Amino acid sequence: MDLNRREFIQVTSATAAGLAVSTLGFDLMPVKAHAQMLKTKYAKETTTICCYCAVGCGAIVHTSQRGDGRVINIEGDPDHVINRGALCPKGGSMKQLVENENRLTRPMYRAPFSDEWQAVSWDWALEHIAQKIKATRDATFETKNSKGQVVNRTTAIASVGSAAMDNEECWTYQAMLRALGLVYIEHQARI
Amino acid sequence: MTNHWIDLKNSDCILIMGSNAAENHPISFKYVTEAMRNGAKLISVDPRFTKTSSKADIYTALRSGTDIAFLGGMIKYILDNNLYNKDYTVEYTNASFIVGKDFTFENGLFSGYTKGKEGQGPSTGSYDKAKWAFEVDEKGIPKMDKTLQDPRCVFQLMKKHYERYTPDVVSTITGTSQEDLLTVYKTYSATGETGKAGTIMYAMGWTQHTVGTQMIRTMCMIQLLLGNMGVAGGGVNALRGESNVQGSTDHALLWHLWPGYLKGPKASQDTLTAYNTKWTPKSSDPQSVNWWQNYPKYAVSMLKSFFGDKATKENDFGYSWLPKADDTGSYSWFDIFDAMYKEKIKGFFSWGQNPACSGSNSGKTRQALEKLEWLVNVNLFDNETGSFWRGPGVDPKKVKTEVFMLPAAVSVEKEGSIINSGRWMQWRYQGPKPMGDSRPDGDIIMELFNKIKELYHKDAPVANKGKNNKKGKKSNQNSKGGVFPEPILNLKWDYETNGAYDPHKAAKEINGYFLNDVTIKDKQYKKGTLVPNFTMLQADGSTSSGCWVYCNSYTEDGNMAARRDTQDAPNNIGLYPKFAWAWPLNRRILYNRASMNPKGEPWNKDKWVVKFAGEQKDGKWTTTKWEGDIPDGPAFPLQNPDGTKREDGKNPFIMQKDGYGQIYGPGLADGPFPEHYEPLECPVEKNYLSPQMVNPTAVVYSTDQDSHATCDPRFPFVGTTYRVCEHWQTGLMTRPQSWLMELQPQMFVEMSEELAALRGIKNGERVKVSSARGEVKCTAMVTKRFKPFKIGNGIVHQVGVPWHFGWRWPDSGAEESANLLTPSAGDPNTRIPETKAFMVNVTKL
Repeated sequence: MDLNRREFIQVTSATAAGLAVSTLGFDLMPVKAHAQMLKTKYAKETTTICCYCAVGCGAIVHTSQRGDGRVINIEGDPDHVINRGALCPKGGSMKQLVENENRLTRPMYRAPFSDEWQAVSWDWALEHIAQKIKATRDATFETKNSKGQVVNRTTAIASVGSAAMDNEECWTYQAMLRALGLVYIEHQARI
Repeated sequence: MTNHWIDLKNSDCILIMGSNAAENHPISFKYVTEAMRNGAKLISVDPRFTKTSSKADIYTALRSGTDIAFLGGMIKYILDNNLYNKDYTVEYTNASFIVGKDFTFENGLFSGYTKGKEGQGPSTGSYDKAKWAFEVDEKGIPKMDKTLQDPRCVFQLMKKHYERYTPDVVSTITGTSQEDLLTVYKTYSATGETGKAGTIMYAMGWTQHTVGTQMIRTMCMIQLLLGNMGVAGGGVNALRGESNVQGSTDHALLWHLWPGYLKGPKASQDTLTAYNTKWTPKSSDPQSVNWWQNYPKYAVSMLKSFFGDKATKENDFGYSWLPKADDTGSYSWFDIFDAMYKEKIKGFFSWGQNPACSGSNSGKTRQALEKLEWLVNVNLFDNETGSFWRGPGVDPKKVKTEVFMLPAAVSVEKEGSIINSGRWMQWRYQGPKPMGDSRPDGDIIMELFNKIKELYHKDAPVANKGKNNKKGKKSNQNSKGGVFPEPILNLKWDYETNGAYDPHKAAKEINGYFLNDVTIKDKQYKKGTLVPNFTMLQADGSTSSGCWVYCNSYTEDGNMAARRDTQDAPNNIGLYPKFAWAWPLNRRILYNRASMNPKGEPWNKDKWVVKFAGEQKDGKWTTTKWEGDIPDGPAFPLQNPDGTKREDGKNPFIMQKDGYGQIYGPGLADGPFPEHYEPLECPVEKNYLSPQMVNPTAVVYSTDQDSHATCDPRFPFVGTTYRVCEHWQTGLMTRPQSWLMELQPQMFVEMSEELAALRGIKNGERVKVSSARGEVKCTAMVTKRFKPFKIGNGIVHQVGVPWHFGWRWPDSGAEESANLLTPSAGDPNTRIPETKAFMVNVTKL
């Protein structure tokens, strides 16, 4: 059925006027009601701050409380004083970042000279990383530099990251790195 | 930002230069637009006509890398036409300070220069900054001439320095017409009038140059001359590009810092006393707050957060347990990949970052990764870094590196805070649980270090010992104990609740605790309670605070970052003081005492920031009371209502030793006044201002992967990188998303119609962009937004490439990173790379 804009308005007005089955051949009303229910009845509502640039826009996350417990929708938070509900294309697409089939969902390992990833357990991965750190650190640790000054460090391990972490995680991460003796500690702010 | 996003609406003139805010910080335009509705002028200066330019009252172009010439011309214009704010300049800046006789500037070089020696590090040269010092009186206070007439005062030296920056010379360098220069100068310097405010919005367009820091400083000088610091609608506003890059900087994920902008310790500072003495400035001027005099309190409180009960006065609070940098060493991003390329680094964490695309000279970075023994890559998606061993042109069978790739949770799957560019700390909550087997970064960090601690713990459980013995040879390498285990075993590591990372516990530690019962100003504080604010931190070990500038963010009154009160403050300028929390002390506009005259009356009575409302008697203030924003210190103003000087009044720039805004900045690596130098790679054969072509202290590396080509016919066009609204940084978080990829599907190179005609390139065809370091295939985007520049007697073309792409996503593998083109050379103060001005060629495929 071809409808120009004027005819469409006439049709939808007719629907609103109370016809159970419109001249479109189907009824829009139940669909609309279901869409509203998704948010209000099944979803948990939490606030967040956009993960992209540093304007700090507020957003509302609706998470299903039934089924898979995943995100239903993310939209601008109208009560946030900076963005007042507005979001840019990236912020407005945040749901696709979270609910994305391309995400990494399990630890992976690539052995020397191998051409493939293998899935490993968290315990195996962290245990092996800890052993690597210790072996490298212990083999390269400098208590004094070439001038004889106390330095207590290793320059054989380096770290970059991350402005994508929360404040609390940043502090905790740098504490770990400095306790290990790293001086090569850098992240996005340098580039 | 010294101010914050909403405050943009209070401005009378907004200069956007070195940023394309409409594209990259789109919601900021809500407030730019509001200012314009109220009569503000918007000026856009950019090599390309951008989305920001399309909204501007005034647009003009300049060649990439010539901003100091452009702004130096504005300083000359302001001084020549007496447009500076005299009261502000005299009272609040160091314009009146007398500079020592050793300071000179000749032939493009300041006094004290020594050329770098080949093979002795990447610095092309360095200055002895002692030559630039102020003359001081017997008490060590700088000598001043408040008439600004002394030929050796900062004001006169500045005037002399910028005399050379005539519209004619500036136009020759920048390619901007003299008429456009004067229009911008006139419009912006109108904000020097008392009660008017001008602001600058800049981003990586200023930082990513061999003279990046000095570009920003030139604008700081203009803001001080025009009286735009500390006022509503003013300030110097860096538009930061990552949601928590302000926080990650505050918490010192940088080699040269400790949390809270404390200095990273150097090898020569062998004791805590030596360290504190080195970094605690002393001022004998009673009118200078000299806030950094509190340095030892913040350093000791931080060490107490690191090591808890194990940090004692006797052991220097664990100072020696933390690593020290060599005094002349540098351990920056550049240095990491240089050392890695030279096989000096064996293990590497790439945590929430994608260096194979994000750093400059990605070719060098990618080759460096092949030389590692092990790599830990933590991210949301597989990326060009974690999968470097199967990247373009790499044979996995030849790459020895072991790679661990760990899946992180997305921000909405966990709880914690981030801090925006305006220093607002905001709390985020958990929506869904982490997808699949992904985990929050905090949990990964906790669990990893638990395992490390276990390996270092001498009294490990018997079961583990047995397990290790079975591994035969490996048991030796991984035996319990280990080298210098003290910092690992003594690190306070109690941020878990029921086996999971608890961000509230970490946030409280960052704020800090009283560790004893303490009495301060007749008030008692109990051991174990949260410190209300950093003025109560102590240097004796009785308080902890992981990052002093955050002390006040999580107190006995609760989590300040989680506040949501939408009521504005009485001055109604958009401070929203009970919405979220801002460092320091919830102050929304920094240096806000400079928004008032010396008597404590706001320069602008309508858009006032703070107001002194103490009682007065016989023309003298008798009590202190402040209204509005949290003032930069609660002291009396500098003068009484009758205009007499108060000995207990304080200067507004409290973080500076002397309390004055620094028009003359003797602390930078490349000179106390900004000077124009050409980019390391440039299209012109001479610097029209001096015989010195390039920043004489620029940082340039020398491996076979570090080649540069200036005035080289093989690379005749200026290249620059930029961003688009639909992607973010290397694109790793946006390229795997279908909606955004539909909007911006591929790598492109933007060029003028003139350049396209010159090369016979049609809009939409694939072309090759190459530099001295690499090449990238791009789709040609021919627009009117770039125009050729007339530079000297020649024509210079400029092209632009977005840096959001990489081979891993989209699946075609055909879209690559712009950073394969950019140089790993940069600014001597920050070591940020010069990715905004380099030389390229564009050819048909």
